[in-house]
Amino acid sequence: MNNATRALLVAAIAVGLSACAKRTVPEAPAADPAPAPVATAPVDDGKYGPEDLDTVACLRERTVRFDFDQDVVRPEFQAILACHAKYLQDRPEARITLEGHADERGSREYNLGLGERRGNAVSAALQAAGGSAGQLTVVSFGEERPVDAASNETAWAQNRRVEIVYTAR
Amino acid sequence: MTRTLASLVLLAVALLALPFQARAQALEIDIVGGNAAALPITVVPMPYLGTNVAPDTDVAAVIAANLNRSGQFRTLPEANIIEKPIRGSEIQFPTWRVLRQDFIVVGRVLDAPDGGYRVEYELFDVAKQERLLGLAMTGRVRGMRDIAHQISDQIYEKILGVRGAFWTRIAYVTASGNYPNQQYALMVADADGFNPQTVVRSREPLMSPAWSPDGRRLAYVSFERGNSTIYIQELTTGAREVVASFRGINGAPSFSPDGTRLALTLSRTGNPEIYVMDLATKALTQITRHFGIDTEAVWMPDGQSLVFTSDRAGRPQLYQVPATGGEATRLTFEGDYNAKASISFDGKKIAMAQGNRNVYRIAVLDRSLAQPRWQTLSPGNLDESPSFAPNASMLLYATKEGGRGVLYAVSADARVRQRLVLTDGDVREPAWSPYRQR
Repeated sequence: MNNATRALLVAAIAVGLSACAKRTVPEAPAADPAPAPVATAPVDDGKYGPEDLDTVACLRERTVRFDFDQDVVRPEFQAILACHAKYLQDRPEARITLEGHADERGSREYNLGLGERRGNAVSAALQAAGGSAGQLTVVSFGEERPVDAASNETAWAQNRRVEIVYTAR
Repeated sequence: MTRTLASLVLLAVALLALPFQARAQALEIDIVGGNAAALPITVVPMPYLGTNVAPDTDVAAVIAANLNRSGQFRTLPEANIIEKPIRGSEIQFPTWRVLRQDFIVVGRVLDAPDGGYRVEYELFDVAKQERLLGLAMTGRVRGMRDIAHQISDQIYEKILGVRGAFWTRIAYVTASGNYPNQQYALMVADADGFNPQTVVRSREPLMSPAWSPDGRRLAYVSFERGNSTIYIQELTTGAREVVASFRGINGAPSFSPDGTRLALTLSRTGNPEIYVMDLATKALTQITRHFGIDTEAVWMPDGQSLVFTSDRAGRPQLYQVPATGGEATRLTFEGDYNAKASISFDGKKIAMAQGNRNVYRIAVLDRSLAQPRWQTLSPGNLDESPSFAPNASMLLYATKEGGRGVLYAVSADARVRQRLVLTDGDVREPAWSPYRQR
């Protein structure tokens, strides 16, 4: 180890120490660029935080699908909705828009009604599991925004859905 | 019959062979089916006899296409028009009797003093050798399709005693691309699909265009604000206003026959209900109160009642309710699914999208008879959005073919169907305009 290297190492330690020292000061600015792992580990109070929307499997599930001409939330989606409801409960500032959709069969305006009914069903399920009405908005797009434009059972099953869209995390 | 089909194919080919520019702008048009019982009529080509530039519209061809489309007439193919009289005095009636023609139209195009064109034409009854019409129509250089449509209307009315609806327009929605890169447009074109013009473009869905009774405004639903919103737009100026943007659904606008009120669907109470808005004051009257989905209200011609779609009995069916509110009466008891009514001008016929075991076709309920009569006008499987012509001689509807949305115009007897296809993207949500005012 030559002198130059030693000098750099010392400097690096000094920077690290000063950073650590700063963190102990209560009024330290939030602009700390390189937080140490120990200091950033979330306090596990059992509550969801915004980053969990990108990492927790059940929160990443944002689509609820429906049977033909039905607005009943199928049992397999209850766990996902419970998960989002808990998020809403943990984060009162969070807001969700529930986008209701229908498949292409039947009239477009009636399908607008059907999409809204599905949105309302998901809204009710989220509220029953702890979300509050003020956090939820339902918008129906009817059959106007298919995810699969084909005219077959597979496409229709994909298109009959409610999408959970976070407008505030 | 073979000959009829051959002539129709010929007509389709002739239309497809239009100059590229016209074809690129317009909807493609072709005709399927034919009506052996249709009246045989010859529309002799009408030459340009002026001294300026000849019109780019073949007036006789437009008239012939219109008459064929109606299902009421069958025109003699141009190849079989062996004599080409341009005046009544030149008609050799025995020739047309041999060709089994009931009617013959002759005419010529001249220069008008103000720079446009003047079309002089005559309509004859072949058997009686009698002149039924002898008229001249003057139009601007760019207005010759309008002139041809008006002549078609005059011929149609003279022979059938029913006002023609060729000189009318259609509104429809086009969509191209997939979400999130969709492009929607609300369009207005001539009833034969020519001269398409954009009313509004949006990256968010557009739907449910409805004509004002004077044909000057369109009400429609746009999602450009993130939720369904009803707009009313003046066609000539493009000026528009938001008439409904409540929480929930704002949908299914329909002008009253006198143009002073708008029926619409709002779910601001949490559930879709029919309302009537006074357009002068914007005051709303709630017409339905039911936990079912109530939507797609349209007016009976007398303005006294509305026909709407409701699933209050389980699946969607049509109901009638006084336009001031009150008890709703169920109208449809045939078919699993009946929605999106269109009512003929005389109130006798109600067209709808009818579903039976998930096959959707256009059905018409004729209530003018002692026993209500049903007729199916389309072959399925995803037919929707029927819209009567103002004389109820034809209907427009939307369907899907080869994965894309197309429009059909079908004669009221279901015998002749004409497809209107956009070369790129989907066409949907047709709405036939009222009669135009000269």
